[in-house]
Formats: sequence, structure tokens, C-alpha cells
Amino acid sequence: MKMLSVLIAGLLFGAGVTISGMVNPMKVLNFMDLPGLWDPSLMFVMGAGLVVTLVGYLLIFRRKAPLFDDAFHLPVSTMIDAKLVGGAVLFGLGWGISGFCPGPAIASLVFGNAESFYFVAAMALAMVLTKSMLARSAA
Amino acid sequence: MIATDFTPWSAAIGGAMIGLSAVVLMATAGRIAGATGIFAGLFTGKYDDDFRWRFIFIVGLLAGAAISGWLVFDARDIAFAGGPALSIVGGLFVGAGVILGAGCTSGHGICGLARFSRRSLVATCVFMGIAIVTVIVTRHGLGG
Repeated sequence: MKMLSVLIAGLLFGAGVTISGMVNPMKVLNFMDLPGLWDPSLMFVMGAGLVVTLVGYLLIFRRKAPLFDDAFHLPVSTMIDAKLVGGAVLFGLGWGISGFCPGPAIASLVFGNAESFYFVAAMALAMVLTKSMLARSAA
Repeated sequence: MIATDFTPWSAAIGGAMIGLSAVVLMATAGRIAGATGIFAGLFTGKYDDDFRWRFIFIVGLLAGAAISGWLVFDARDIAFAGGPALSIVGGLFVGAGVILGAGCTSGHGICGLARFSRRSLVATCVFMGIAIVTVIVTRHGLGG
């Protein structure tokens, strides 16, 4: 049951980033181009996504545990540090250069454009390297 | 640069589906529907239960994109800002940034904000702001 529900969540996510147009980097970049070719669509993606999640989470967190797992797996850190802000700066730069963030980039692989493959391969490599760097500095 | 149509309906429907995905994943598996955390967790070299649910989520994500590309979305609309070099540089920045910042648009921007996380609020404002500044500078120069 858990794996079926995870599959459904994945399907919804992939369909959502595609139908909303986020798999099209040009559309995302146009959202950020306030003084130019501004396309406000992404505001509606974020807005609708946030409202649905907010209401859903309020109902879910009344329970002690999820349906098919022992506990909720939630981040525990509350620290606003240089790592968080610096990471967000790097991510914002990459997002602004390319128009891709991780979810839509992975989803866009199915449309077969070479740029998607280059992006996801580079992203996966940077993820692995950064994780091992963090693990080493923590050890 | 190519202009794109303002599409509030498909944007809101797609956004609501992303939200529903986050709700389903939290209600059943107790997990945050963040693309960064789910995808990056695949590369641990261990093929255990933790790997399995992540892998299944990504398979669903790809299938969901393919099905909607077949039914409603015209993939010919997809246009890139540049070629392979730009994609690689963008991917490297995004990959490093989301690991350091512990999340991306879905994990911080949707799930984190929905559970009133201060870290997610800060991260979302920073990456959104930097992305907007980056696009304005690359498209219009420093003068805006």
C-alpha cells in the first residue's frame, strides 16, 4: 500500500510540473523577467500548490503517524545559517541561468531534449559531490 | 528569448496536483515531497527500503510527465535559454545549491512553507529573489 501511494504521489507530481508548464525553462525564466516578457503563470502554480498542501498538512498533522509508516519524517533543524542562505543563493543563480529547478528538470527527461540530460547529469554529480563534501566536513 | 502565454488555469491545476502529491506522500508515507531530498537520496549506494520508495516516486514522476505530455501538454513548446554548456553550468549550481540549502522549490517553496518553517521561508525568498535578479541582469544588463 505504501509503495502504491508513493507511486500515485510521483504521478501527481510529474503531471503537475508538466501541466503547469514548469518543465518549459523559457516559461519559468519569463516569470522571473518582471520588466520584460513577464509571464505570471508560475505564481498560480506556487499559489495553488501551497494552498492545497497547507490545508492537507493541517488535517494530516492532527494524526500521530502517517497511514503506512511509523512516524512523520520531518526536518528538525531550525537554524538559519550561512549554509542555508549560501545554498539558496547558488540554487537561485542556477535556476535563473537555466530556468530549471530539480523536479521539473527530472520530469522533462521524458521529452528527450539533450539539454535536459546535460542538466540532470550535472545536477546529480554536483549533489553527490556536495553531499560527500558535507559528510567529510562533519566527520 | 521567446514570449510564453499567460496560462493561469493550467498553472493552477498543475500547482494543485503538485500540492495533492505533497499531501498524499505526507499522509501515507510521512515524507516531504521535495524533489531534491527524494532524488539525491537515490545515490547512497544502498538498495534498501529507503531507496525503493524514492525510486518508485521518481518512476511515477517520469510516468506522470510522459502521460500528461501525451494527453494535454505539447512538448514542442519547450524552449531552453542556451545549449549544453549553459545546461551543465546551471545543473552544477542547482545541484550544489539545493544540497547546501537543503531543499528546492518543492521542498522549501511548497512543503516547507505549508508547515510554517522559518528556514524554508528564508530559503524560498533568497532563491526566488536571486533567480529574478539573475534573469533581469542576464536579459537586460545591469541597468535593468
